This record gives sequence, C-alpha cells and structure tokens, in this order.
Amino acid sequence: MMKSKLYSFKKGIHPSYNKERTSGKPIELLHPKGDIVLPMVQHIGAPCTPLVKKGDRVLVGQLIGEANGFVSSPIHSTVSGTVKAVEDRLVPNGSKVLSVVIEDDGLREDDPSLSKKLDYRTMTNDEIIEVVKEAGLVGMGGAGFPTYIKLMPPKDKEISHVIINGAECEPYLTSDHRAMLEKTQQVIDGLKIILHLFPNAKGYIGVEDNKPDAIAKLEELTKNEDNIEICRLETKYPQGSEKHLIYALTNREVPSGGLPADVGCMVQNVDSAIAIWRALEMSRPIMRRIVTVSGDGVKNPGNYNVRLGTSYRELLEHAQWDPENTAKVISGGPMMGMALSSIDVPVLKGTAGILCFTKDTALIPEESNCIRCNKCIEVCPCVLMPTQLNLASQIRDDEMFIKYNGMDCMECGSCSFICPANRHLVQSIRTAKASVRAKQKDKK
Amino acid sequence: MDNKFLVSSSPHIRGPFSTRGIMADVLIALLPSLVVAVYFLGIRALFVTLLSVASCVFFEALWNKITNKPMTVGDLSAVVTGVLLAFNLPVSIPFYIPIIGAFIAIIMAKQFFGGIGQNFINPALAARAVLLASFPQLMTDFSLPGVDGVSSATPLALIRTGEELPSITSLLIGNVGGSIGEISALALLIGLVYLLYRKVINIRIPAVYVGSVFVLTYVLGLISSVNVNPLYEIMAGGLFLGAFFMATDYSTTPATPKGEIIFALGCGILTTVIRLFGGYPEGTSYAILIMNLTVPLIDKYTVPKPFGAVNKS
Repeated sequence: MMKSKLYSFKKGIHPSYNKERTSGKPIELLHPKGDIVLPMVQHIGAPCTPLVKKGDRVLVGQLIGEANGFVSSPIHSTVSGTVKAVEDRLVPNGSKVLSVVIEDDGLREDDPSLSKKLDYRTMTNDEIIEVVKEAGLVGMGGAGFPTYIKLMPPKDKEISHVIINGAECEPYLTSDHRAMLEKTQQVIDGLKIILHLFPNAKGYIGVEDNKPDAIAKLEELTKNEDNIEICRLETKYPQGSEKHLIYALTNREVPSGGLPADVGCMVQNVDSAIAIWRALEMSRPIMRRIVTVSGDGVKNPGNYNVRLGTSYRELLEHAQWDPENTAKVISGGPMMGMALSSIDVPVLKGTAGILCFTKDTALIPEESNCIRCNKCIEVCPCVLMPTQLNLASQIRDDEMFIKYNGMDCMECGSCSFICPANRHLVQSIRTAKASVRAKQKDKK
Repeated sequence: MDNKFLVSSSPHIRGPFSTRGIMADVLIALLPSLVVAVYFLGIRALFVTLLSVASCVFFEALWNKITNKPMTVGDLSAVVTGVLLAFNLPVSIPFYIPIIGAFIAIIMAKQFFGGIGQNFINPALAARAVLLASFPQLMTDFSLPGVDGVSSATPLALIRTGEELPSITSLLIGNVGGSIGEISALALLIGLVYLLYRKVINIRIPAVYVGSVFVLTYVLGLISSVNVNPLYEIMAGGLFLGAFFMATDYSTTPATPKGEIIFALGCGILTTVIRLFGGYPEGTSYAILIMNLTVPLIDKYTVPKPFGAVNKS
C-alpha cells in the first residue's frame, strides 16, 4: 500500500517519546475510593458560583457550579453523595480554589437531566452550542478554553477546516492514542456533529505517525465519509500545537495574536470530540477523562478513565508509584506539564497525564555559559531567538524582550530541551513574559 | 508520609546534548588532519599540537583558579582551541611560540571577554594574527626541520609567482608545504563530513565561503593580471581549515541562517581580495577575524520574523 502524505511544520525537536509503556494498555475504568474534590475553576475565565452547600445530597451529573459570564464553564458532580464541604482546596497549579468536596456514596444515582433524549440533526446551531455550553466542555488539552466559544467563531470568518488534534506530541502521554483506538466511532461522530454546525467545512483528523494502529482504525471507519480525511503527521514536537497543526495541514499561518478562525480553521481535541458526542447523544456533561499515568517512578503505568475530582494520590497508588524514589511528579506531559508540590490535588478537566520521575530522570544538569551554538534558534517553532530572549530576561530589559518578539513565545520548551549548555531558556522567557504582562496591566 | 518533590518550571526533560559532547565531536573531526600532519611533517607536528593543547588547558585552568570561577576545562573548548592554534603554526616553530599563542588565545581573546561563548573573535585566529605580526619569519618558515632541500613555499605562494605547482593529488592527501593542519584537503573534508553528520555545524558557512572564493577568484582572474587557479585556490592554503573549523566557530559567527550566509560571503570576498591584491598569499585568517567583528551588526539586522508575523494585518 502506498503511504499517504506526511504532514508537518518547520523546525521542532525529536525527544524520546517513551510511549511504549502505556500505548498498548487498554483504558482502565477506575472507581474512586476517596472524596471527590471539584474546584469551581477548571477553565480559562470567571470562576463558577457553587450551587450546593454542606450537607446537601448531590446526584451524578447534577449542576453544582454555575457559570459566570461569557467566558466560563459550569461544573457538574461526577458521583452521587453528600457535600462534605465547600472550601478552598489545593489544585494542580499550586493555587487554592473554592471547591465542592463530595463524599461518594457509591450508589451512582443519576440526575434526571441525564435521561434527556436529544437529536442534534433536528436542532438549531444555537441549541447545539447551548448543550455543549451546559455540558461544561472545555479544551481538554490543558488550557481549558470553553469549547462552546470555540464553536462560535466571528460571523465574518468562514470555517473551511475542522481539525481534530490527535497529534499527542507530548512524550509519555497516550490517552488520546487509546481514545482514538478504543472510541474511534465516537471521535468520528463528535467531528460529524461539529461539521453539522459548519456545513461548508471539511473535517480532518491529524494523527502523528507513531500511532499507526489509530490511523488505520480511523481510516477504516471513515472509508465512506467523503467529508472526513485522516492526515498522517510527522512525529515531531510540538506537532500538536494548534497553530503548528493548522500550518502542517493547510499551510496557513495563524497571525500572531490571532485565532485559528482568522485562517478559516477550528481545532478540537480528541477528548473534546468525544465529549461533544457524549453531550449530544448521551446527554452527559463532562464528568470523566482519560489520564495517562507513567514515568519511571510507577510500576504499573496505564491509561485510566477516572471521574473528575479523583485525587492524584489515588491514581498514583493504583499505578503503584514508588514514594521513596519519586523525585518529581508532573501534571501533564514532560515538555509543558507542571511539577507538583503535592499529590493531594484533584483530576481536572484539563488533566491529560500524571508522570512520576525518579531522581535519574528528574535531575536537570547545571546551567553553563551559552556557547552560541544557535540550536535553540534552529528548533524554535515560533522562529524566535531564545538566546537573545534569555539575555533580555536576565538583564530585565523588557524593551529588548519585546523587540525580539518574546511575547510570541508559546513556551513549548524546545529551546531548553535542545540546549547543550542546559540553559533555562523557556523558563527565563516565561518570567520575562509575566513581567511584560504585569507592566502592561499597570499601564491600563 | 510527606514527600518533598522537586518543583521546577517545564520542560522536565532535556536532550542528550552537552557542550563537552560538541567539543569532543570537533576534536574527532580534527583527528584525520593531525594524522596526515604527523605522516608528512613528522612526529614534531604531534609534539607542537600536544604542547599547544596543554598550554591552552593550563591557561584556562589558571584563569579559573585565580578568578574563582567554576572550572571549565571539562567542556573541552580549550582543547579545541589548542588544536586549532597548533594547526595554524608551521611544524618547525620553536616550542615557546605555542605557549605564547595559548596565552593570547585563552587569556586575552577568550577569558578577558567572559570565557566560552562570550569572545568576539576566534581565539586561535587572534593568536595566529598576533604571532604572525610578532614573529613573521618563524611563522612563515615552512621548511621541515632537519631535512634539507624540501620545498618550503606553500602552494598559494607558488601560484602567485607562477612556479610549478604540486599535483591536485598532493593537495588532497597533504604532500605539500603549509601549516600543520592545513596541508591535506581530503583530511579536512572528512572532518567536515563528520561535523555535518553529527549536526555540530550546518553546511551554510563552509559552502558559501568556499563557493564564493572559487567564483570570485575565477572572475577576478579573468579581469585582472594576477595569476590564479580557482581549484588550487580553494584546496590549498588554510581555506578549508578556516571555512570548516574556524568560520563555523559558534561564538564568533551570526545566530541566524541569513546572518550566516552574509558572514560567509563576507569571508569569501575578503579572503579573495587579500589573497589576490594583498601583499600576503594567505587571506583566510584575517578575513575571518574581520568578519568576526561584524557579527553583532549582522545579528542586529537579521532578527527573524516570528511564525505568524507574515500575515499580520
């Protein structure tokens, strides 16, 4: 068989992917034993207002956090049980957020709203988008932008490409891979619902070619779909970056500071496609997600389907982590994920993976002088000069930082990865970006 | 049970690259030339090289010691400088010259400006330039010590005076007069291929530099009265050594692909002009040194357009 076209973007890096430990492991359903903690902010935007108080009984799928404002997303209970507390709790990013704590009664009693029967084919676009909004869907890749806003691009922008992002370019993570393999039809049906909103658009599912089984299955199930194309992507980091995925598939560059809609594109995650399907076909709000637990600090790595609000500790214990030898725990992938100070935090809508690293993997060698090898410039997918930005950050010269386009950095970390002097390039760029943003805020 | 975890900003993994590894690759790439030098110029070539390396490492260590800086000898950059310095010297050079050269290269050109990555001119070439000005006879005496009647002029000198030239084969394998590291074009090419294969350098600077010297020499030879031979011109003398190993020095070359091409073109033009119209048959080292000084300027005007900037409205 002739190999199909391989899509890609310019620059980028080839890290060790370390996916083999979990890519062959079927998704395992995990039932929580402990309390469920549901923070009222799991998205970009305004926090939700809790609708329940201590002592209330809640049901599976019941709305417990009401969205506030346009950019917000509601929160639902993921178990049935009793509200134990409404208080500030630690979340993976290290801050404390008002959360509803539920003692699971194990009865799994459904809220009546879950038995609604919907048929999106007979619904208007506004009605479909309302369902997506009410279901609490947010971008599941981590950023957590409410999905329904993405589905409403400005009226003057014609959407020609609806792209499902199955790149999963972060090392170690395999949750999207397993989802595409085990819930293939749901991914395709979710895409079809989005395409129903944009009748003039064509659907694309982009998958890195290190997942040939997923590509084959998707191709087989879309044999008779004229309007959906499966695109093989080169395995390269950060292929899954929204703007770089769009470039790979369409050769269009999303303008700096712009949105995918500016070039006629919309990108949704694999998980989001499944969640859209579940919201419209099963009347289910977002209550679960698939989390890869891996790294050399766990003995039983895997892909777990868990209820939102489950503690990281429970997942790690199930994956048989080694508390003695774990030096670092990461929420997300190793390139852009967050290192945790505590594992007593809940799984959120944006939790794609949890990695446990022993000392050997976690230790980062000391920084030495930049030797001006320019490898960071060679690999920067945003075509920036990380060495110059690093310098600007160190001498706290915001003007220089802006002149070298530092604000266009998407913090993918390719520069730090490639640096032979182990310089903390992206880390320093992040600091400078925050400083520039803070000053801009002050001016307003 | 309260675990203390490492908390740091992402990325949490790093590539298997190091300064030491890059420098080791450069040393491996320089090895064929050293072998050829020992074969044609005698074991003294090895002694000069070892002395130069030892002196460079010594001065680097000494500087770190007296300035209370972390020890950087392990990054092997001083070793590379030592080898390159020796490669720019005639084999008959007295043993005190490499020691003076090492001092100029490591202390004056490199450490005075902040050490590795901070120097603005190539240390080995800076040393060569100072030595050439201070010891002109010693630095251009290409006779083999202890052997009488062996050709002492370099091929480039022979071209200008219109004398009989050695064969292309001799130039390739290194059976000609010249500095320790420059005699064999083939050995230097093998080094280049290795550096490219290991992705230590890219082809831009070597290709544009050598290519522009070839084309310019050819064109200028047609319109002027100077004796030229383009193929000899690129293979003889220090051009390959300079273009492959010194014009590609990280610290002293531009940061972006566009900048690298401008830099290499400048090196090519200057080398040709110095060789054809200057009073000196070699032009590579001065050309590279002069272009080293333009790097900050080139970098300033070749900041790349970021991804997504093209269609910014």
